[in-house]
Amino acid sequence: MAGILFYLFSGVLIASAVGVVFARTTLYNVLFLIMAFFNAAGLFLLAGSEFLAMILVIVYVGAVAVLFLFVVMMVDTTNIKTNQTLSRGRWIMMLAALIFACELIVVAYQWSHAPQTSDLVAYASPKYLTNTHALGGLIYTHYFYTFQIAGLILLVSMIGAIVLTLHGESPRPLRKQNITNQLKRRKQDTLTVKHVNFHQGLE
Amino acid sequence: MFFGIRPYLLVSSIVFSLGLLGFFLNRRHIINLLMSIELILLAVNINFIAFSADFHDLTGQVFSLFILTIAAAEAAIGLAILVVYFRNRATINIDESVLLKD
Repeated sequence: MAGILFYLFSGVLIASAVGVVFARTTLYNVLFLIMAFFNAAGLFLLAGSEFLAMILVIVYVGAVAVLFLFVVMMVDTTNIKTNQTLSRGRWIMMLAALIFACELIVVAYQWSHAPQTSDLVAYASPKYLTNTHALGGLIYTHYFYTFQIAGLILLVSMIGAIVLTLHGESPRPLRKQNITNQLKRRKQDTLTVKHVNFHQGLE
Repeated sequence: MFFGIRPYLLVSSIVFSLGLLGFFLNRRHIINLLMSIELILLAVNINFIAFSADFHDLTGQVFSLFILTIAAAEAAIGLAILVVYFRNRATINIDESVLLKD
């Protein structure tokens, strides 16, 4: 059963990776990318890392791929002529990628453990804890500072994206806080209390 | 459920090569370049997860988490640069980006 699931997930993953590279419309590229992420999450589940599989679905499909979709819909991608006709240079590129894949596969197939590998395990995965529990126990203790730095990187990239896209003269200028105006407001300028009679309302 | 590391390495090397091929083929389309980078990082993540399951070691999953973080940050910054470029030039064709050349 697990074998069938593995072949299903990996087959669809490779097929949708081909779609990411070769589909003509950019929108279809993004949709194939989402499909690839889902199937990679399935592969992660088969390897026993449930937390990362869920993170991949939530963060990648839910945030990053949707960000790609927004940008594809905002940016005009139609006026770019993608000549996908396989000229000679493209055949050479495909040959180079094929050779690279063959080299990687050869390396992968003659890989084997060294005999002392099991003594060198840094943090063995515990048998009687869930994956999320074990991973949380590791990243909040041994990898605490690294984890904080990863959060800082996310903060910096968020600020960077905001600064990049807000820079320059936008058609609607930013509304800035005016503290004097804010402090000059009084209750009687902005607020009136009215007595409303029953069944009459306000005129 | 985990049955050997070699099928995982095979899949990840194929996905990595496909990402590389996308990097070669779609050189004028920035969005496709970013998607190819995402594919390559996904292949690296599959490698990390497979080795983590093979060694029964959690460190691979921790580093896979960090790779996911960096990939999300890189996608956000790349797409922001793309939007700014499109606002300035009204196109995202890389072949026309020769401002530094002339």
